[in-house]
Amino acid sequence: MNLQFGIAWTHVSTRVRQTLVGTFGVAVGVGFTIMMAGLMQGSQIDFLQQLVDAMPHITVTDDTRTAGSQPADSQYGAVGVSNAPNINRRAGIRTPDAVVASLETWVPGAVAASVKINAIIIQGPARVGVTLTGIDPRTEERVSKLATQMRQGQLNDLARATNSIIIGLSLAQKLGVEVGNSVMLGAGEAVQIPVTVAGIFRSGLKQVDESQIYSSIRVAQIIAGQTGLINQLRLRLKDPLMAQNVATRVEAQIGYKSVSWQEANSDLLGTFAVRDFIMLTVMGAMLMVSSLATYNIISTITYEKRHDIAIMKSLGMREYKVRRIFIIEAALIGSVGILFGWVLGYFMCIGLQQITVYNSISGATRPIAIYYSWNQYIVAGGISLLCAAGAAFFPARKATRVHPVDIIRGAS
Amino acid sequence: MIDPVEYPLQAINLVKRVEGTVTHTLVNGIDLAVRKGEFLAITGPSGSGKSSLLYLLGLLDAPTEGEVVICGEETSKLSSNERADVRLTKCGFVFQFHFLLPEFTALENVLLPMRTADILSSKEMDARAKELLGMLGLETQIHKRPNQLSGGQRQRVALARALANKPEIIVADEPTGNLDVASTQQVFGILRGIADAGQTVVVVTHDAALAAKADRRINIVDGKISETTVRGDARHAAHGHGHGEAASPAGSAPAANGHAGEAAAPAQSAPAPVARAPTAAAPLPERTKAEESGG
Repeated sequence: MNLQFGIAWTHVSTRVRQTLVGTFGVAVGVGFTIMMAGLMQGSQIDFLQQLVDAMPHITVTDDTRTAGSQPADSQYGAVGVSNAPNINRRAGIRTPDAVVASLETWVPGAVAASVKINAIIIQGPARVGVTLTGIDPRTEERVSKLATQMRQGQLNDLARATNSIIIGLSLAQKLGVEVGNSVMLGAGEAVQIPVTVAGIFRSGLKQVDESQIYSSIRVAQIIAGQTGLINQLRLRLKDPLMAQNVATRVEAQIGYKSVSWQEANSDLLGTFAVRDFIMLTVMGAMLMVSSLATYNIISTITYEKRHDIAIMKSLGMREYKVRRIFIIEAALIGSVGILFGWVLGYFMCIGLQQITVYNSISGATRPIAIYYSWNQYIVAGGISLLCAAGAAFFPARKATRVHPVDIIRGAS
Repeated sequence: MIDPVEYPLQAINLVKRVEGTVTHTLVNGIDLAVRKGEFLAITGPSGSGKSSLLYLLGLLDAPTEGEVVICGEETSKLSSNERADVRLTKCGFVFQFHFLLPEFTALENVLLPMRTADILSSKEMDARAKELLGMLGLETQIHKRPNQLSGGQRQRVALARALANKPEIIVADEPTGNLDVASTQQVFGILRGIADAGQTVVVVTHDAALAAKADRRINIVDGKISETTVRGDARHAAHGHGHGEAASPAGSAPAANGHAGEAAAPAQSAPAPVARAPTAAAPLPERTKAEESGG
């Protein structure tokens, strides 16, 4: 066995209580760090999952990011033209079938055309503004989780029943309607048609459940007053994280505004970045505090062992080799603590998962979401090991800089 | 120039000052050359600078001025790591307090310098450590920890540790200071035997009777050699004329810096014959045997 390792092992193994305290400190630090990382990442991923499930990964609308150029612009380039109405522009995506067919050739996922308009549900004296999306039930399954979010009725009921709608659970409760009931749907006083509630869904996002309804494309076009209107394309990708890149490419290809779910929720994701930073800071602080136990122990050992340090130096052991002994001691304490910390962290995560809490967003009681990842264990262990080595380095350096003569004279 | 083989330990105009609110001169211009196989005792009153001189000679401390030459190697310009290497291979230390590592057995303590030097194989180190402990009468104690040994046994283990790397020079700072009379005699006998085996031994002691058994005794007062006595010679040289002026009683000592008559140096001729320590206590039989076969 290496000499320094042998001495280090002897030091830590003959100080069982101190070693256990140090190991316990590291284990608690690592364990709670893993638990906290699992908890925070779990809740974040769970929230994002709901968000991503509740909306298309990419939404293309019949819109552009900047106003289109005016004839006067090309005729009189030097003259700035503003506030000129685009009188020839017709609502909707041009040649939607061709666009969909073109996108389907390369988009890694599914594309569905739809109509999105603002509408009003009228039931007696109640008039509730909603967002109406006209969909094709056959393609909807490929671009949204609506089929799995159905609580009453089926998605395909939209195709079976004439003039039918699917509404969110909160809206249904607000209106006091159930499947089979009829309500009036319109876009104002001009167009109003009776529709039957064919199904009720719950996305988990209260805002969606309160204001989103679905109908067939034809019903939506009637309400919009424009036959053949398609003003929205919805894309669902195999990998939601690719949405930003795909959206950019789609927009470049067809010219319409193409918004990824990341862009649509950029403010929220920005908040997550701050949340991640806070999480990392807290985790780092926890690991630093846990390494204080190691610092304390190594400081004590180096103080107790100053005679040994002096004699080892006087015998001809180089300073860095003496220093290495105490670094190894910290690494031993840290390593064992990390192993116990991993186990502790894992079981704490398992324990937390058994607890159910009321989710104010979804309005449901669900188990606490925990995210398990090797990265959490590696990062927590790595940082903890570095902290332990750092905690040992400074007292060890101080101790090994002591002049052996001073110690020897003092002892004599 | 002094032959480094003949004189493995030399001090040239050695000065050690400690700076503070008041500057203290612990060692004040000492010239010294210690012959191979010589047993040199350094005596003097408390605070005279004898331990400071010993630490300078053993490279535990660095001089303010002057030079310590060990086996022909000038050490003043060496880095701390190089000085550590010289200590590891050429010097063996014994202190008043044994300074054994308390968690380690006697055997492991003796193995420590050998494992640090890492020259021999594990088996060779083990064999040599057991051999040394055996020669010092500790063959039944090798697996005991320091707290299970008596004071004399601990000091003998420390001696075995000092001898582990076969150093040219053994430096001992009051090695019998904490021992009873019997153990003192035993340890001194061992040191005597070490010198007889060809290793240079420099011992600081307060015990005049023990110092009288050394080949040469120098007395330090105020950081200077005040007196040099060679064993078997009743004459004393008590001049105290400043550094390097204490003359050898033999009168023909070479100066450590090469200038005859300036240094307190040993007689060029061998010291007068002395009564030797019990041969049973003499360590390093291989050296002894070699000498015997050679002589």
